[in-house]
Amino acid sequence: MSSTTPGVRPAPSHLHQVVDCQWACPAHTPVPEYLRLIAAGRYAESYEVNWWSNVFPGILGRVCDRPCEPACRRGRVDEEPVAICRMKRVAADLKGDISARLPKAPVKKNGKRVACVGAGPASLTVARDLALEGYAVTIFDGGTQAGGMMRSQIPKFRLPDSVIDEECGYVAALDVEVVLDRWINSLGALRSEGWDAIFVGTGAPRGREADLPGRAEAAANVHIGIEWLANLAFGHVETVGRRVVVLGGGNTAMDCCRSARRLGAEDVQVIVRSGFDEMKASPWEKEEALHEGVLIRNCMVPLAFEHTDGQLTGVTFEHVEVQRDARGKRALMPTGRMETVACDQVLVAIGQENTFPWIERDLGLAFDQWGMPALNEKTLQSSLPDVFFGGDSALGPKNIITAVAQGHTAAVSIDLFLRGKDVVADRPGDRITLASQKMGIHEWAYDSAISDLDREKMPTQALELALKDIKLELELGFDVKKACNEASRCLNCDMATVFTAKTCIECDSCVDICPTECITFTEDGTDDDLRTRLKAPAPNLEQMLYVADGLKTGRVMVKDENLCLHCGLCSERCPTNAWDMLKVDWQVAHAGSQAGSVGAEAAAVSA
Amino acid sequence: MTYLAKPRLLADVQPRNAIGFTKRDYEGAISTLCAGCGHDSVSAAIVQAFYELDIEPHRVAKMSGIGCSSKTPDYFLGASHGFNSVHGRMPSVATGASLANRELTLIGISGDGDTASIGIGQFAHAMRRGLNIAYIVENNGVYGLTKGQFSATADKGSKSKKGVQNADAPIDLVALALQLGATYVARSFSGDKDQLVPLIKGALRHQGAAFIDVISPCVTFNNHSGSTKSYDYVREHNEAVNRVEVIQPRQEITTEYEPGSVRRVMQHDGTALLLRKLGLDYDPTDRNRAMNQLHEWNAKGEILTGLLFVEEGADDLHHHLNTVAKPLNQLTQAELCPGQAVLDKLNAALR
Repeated sequence: MSSTTPGVRPAPSHLHQVVDCQWACPAHTPVPEYLRLIAAGRYAESYEVNWWSNVFPGILGRVCDRPCEPACRRGRVDEEPVAICRMKRVAADLKGDISARLPKAPVKKNGKRVACVGAGPASLTVARDLALEGYAVTIFDGGTQAGGMMRSQIPKFRLPDSVIDEECGYVAALDVEVVLDRWINSLGALRSEGWDAIFVGTGAPRGREADLPGRAEAAANVHIGIEWLANLAFGHVETVGRRVVVLGGGNTAMDCCRSARRLGAEDVQVIVRSGFDEMKASPWEKEEALHEGVLIRNCMVPLAFEHTDGQLTGVTFEHVEVQRDARGKRALMPTGRMETVACDQVLVAIGQENTFPWIERDLGLAFDQWGMPALNEKTLQSSLPDVFFGGDSALGPKNIITAVAQGHTAAVSIDLFLRGKDVVADRPGDRITLASQKMGIHEWAYDSAISDLDREKMPTQALELALKDIKLELELGFDVKKACNEASRCLNCDMATVFTAKTCIECDSCVDICPTECITFTEDGTDDDLRTRLKAPAPNLEQMLYVADGLKTGRVMVKDENLCLHCGLCSERCPTNAWDMLKVDWQVAHAGSQAGSVGAEAAAVSA
Repeated sequence: MTYLAKPRLLADVQPRNAIGFTKRDYEGAISTLCAGCGHDSVSAAIVQAFYELDIEPHRVAKMSGIGCSSKTPDYFLGASHGFNSVHGRMPSVATGASLANRELTLIGISGDGDTASIGIGQFAHAMRRGLNIAYIVENNGVYGLTKGQFSATADKGSKSKKGVQNADAPIDLVALALQLGATYVARSFSGDKDQLVPLIKGALRHQGAAFIDVISPCVTFNNHSGSTKSYDYVREHNEAVNRVEVIQPRQEITTEYEPGSVRRVMQHDGTALLLRKLGLDYDPTDRNRAMNQLHEWNAKGEILTGLLFVEEGADDLHHHLNTVAKPLNQLTQAELCPGQAVLDKLNAALR
């Protein structure tokens, strides 16, 4: 998959992918770097690294979808991945006052004005990135507080308002004007206000409806999940029925059921069409819900709302069986077995949809057949060159960290557009620098010893306290000791094993010392062929082989990246420094980055 | 050299051999030799060989003398018996160990100094007596511990790291072992585990004196262009006579060979050695021809490697001495002191 020529470093994309967590993160946050800073007690710097990359370390450290954790190498060599997400919160909790570390917006502005619609994570990211480049950014939101759906949909017991206030505040402090209580109801009108560019970060604000018989009759006790959560967040809802049914199996359903428990519901059932494992909710959310006494029932398709005299009495379901065809495609086969679940209230959390009633269809902004704006996915520019999209409103509902990543992308595009550059051709590339970590025969600039500690459990409030107070944050966060233990579990995947064939004497030292036997010297071949001839089996096809030729014997060095522990023993045992541990500092392009990319080859000269 | 021990992560999920051990179970302490030392590769090959032969580590005795090579038993088979003896005296200690408990698998690790210089007398007698041991010499042609003087196996005309030429004739331990009556004689290279591991396995399964001369470059003092024991030189001048496959008694032979290309040699314990002939016309069961061919190739400056000689149906010291089948250390008082009547009978026979 990845072959190199003699003396040349592995391709930058190879080095990126080896850092599994950073590669999996939509915003490519340098995870190992911030974990090392936490281990060193440098919390403020750790926060800073996060802040530049993902803008909301404290928020994401509580509620991120954590695509990094299933990707974490530790999960492949140990029982559980590093608790990457909660370590962000450690940095946020322990950082102290960081105002001096955060940048100031330039006093002299560049004269361009940008409007962001919606005050959610995507808009705030665009505003952060552009304000630092001297743009005058104004954010409009119909609500009374900034934060968008982070504020309205995520229950306070998971994400307290104070954290949102703080991190939205850091953006606002960069001379960003946040105009609240102003609902933008016409893109045409907004455009006529003379903005140089407009960013649309309005999210996916409409909860999908359960269009079933009885819906209208039982309307008083059937609510759309995200609307109900928003009403809860802003104090418009304070009570709930005794028996609650939540329809849907995503994280919104989890937030609904757990909130209902806290409001006093005794019998809360989450009823899902799919099987338990196929549910969209994060595993840890499901776990928490179960722990809090929620019943999750699977393979039941809702058919009708039951009611008497305009009063909801229950929901009727049909049990289904999950079947898979030869190609693994899932089908729900009806069994004919019906069941009516009695309840006093139903929360419908079966998905969110985009809606753009405020964008006039005659402005020239093209929409696709699904009613989504037609965008260039790489630039997030719409068919109106001055209008850009990001977050859930761009490519459909995802999660906060994706919204942040898209915010960065859109900010780069807006910056290029307003500087008269081509948003595709002049796009800055990522930057990567490599720096040797060798400080002596067996001294490294990173902690190369491999910890065998287990993943730290997140301490939480006692269940009876948690269920009594819907605003009481459930998770307590890691203390310093737990944080250090957890940080030490990181395998430092950004410390790349880089091989230089021309200095190798083929003594086999690296092969002999490698604790996972991931290095083999053998005759060259195709990837598939090589995989059959390695010292240890290499069955994980998602993980690349690192192949280097240019050896004296004509053989190739093959390293299976799958199980490498980045312990550096190959390099310590190498008599000729053919193996080195190089730190991969991978900086994703943000607004204002220089054009062109600096690849590993160029950087290696100084390494 | 490293301070770190190998991480234990994944250690328990690695493949296991027929008796339930992982390869890691055959490892020892972390090596303190120079980075890149050939000896570490030999240690790794030994680990691999014991793992593949399903030998219980606690039924092994690893014997050694003094020197870089003789340190290495600390770096493999951490759960085995061992004795780090006086310089050059490993063979006599090993002889004692073999006599005391014939059930242990004996492996001796020595170097060119320990065997060809100070210990050459002991080496000679261990070979000629047929001590049941796998005797491995890690041969790098220099005294590494004392900073790289020529050893007795350094080739005449080869150069030291400082450029001094060696004027003395070399001792060829393989030739010596052949002449002294060793019944399994091989030469290999630390940089070729495909060849070395089966040779070690064959030696461990051989009943009698099995000797392997492993050229194991000293990266610190003897891996330069004037050396004849460097990685590059050995790779360029290596002429392998055969490839060995060791088939344990309960194993089936699955590899297919062209007829006539493979020779099968049976060992005492039922292990079969399959010797696949390579380019050279070479008969590993003819001691005299082996010695002749060895000398011819030595004269050309080429290094013959592989299983150079094996005697089918060889036997060992215990057979020569006609000792009891039970290990001597397990004999009880009743067997050792059979009583007055037996003594009287013996005395009478001597009158």
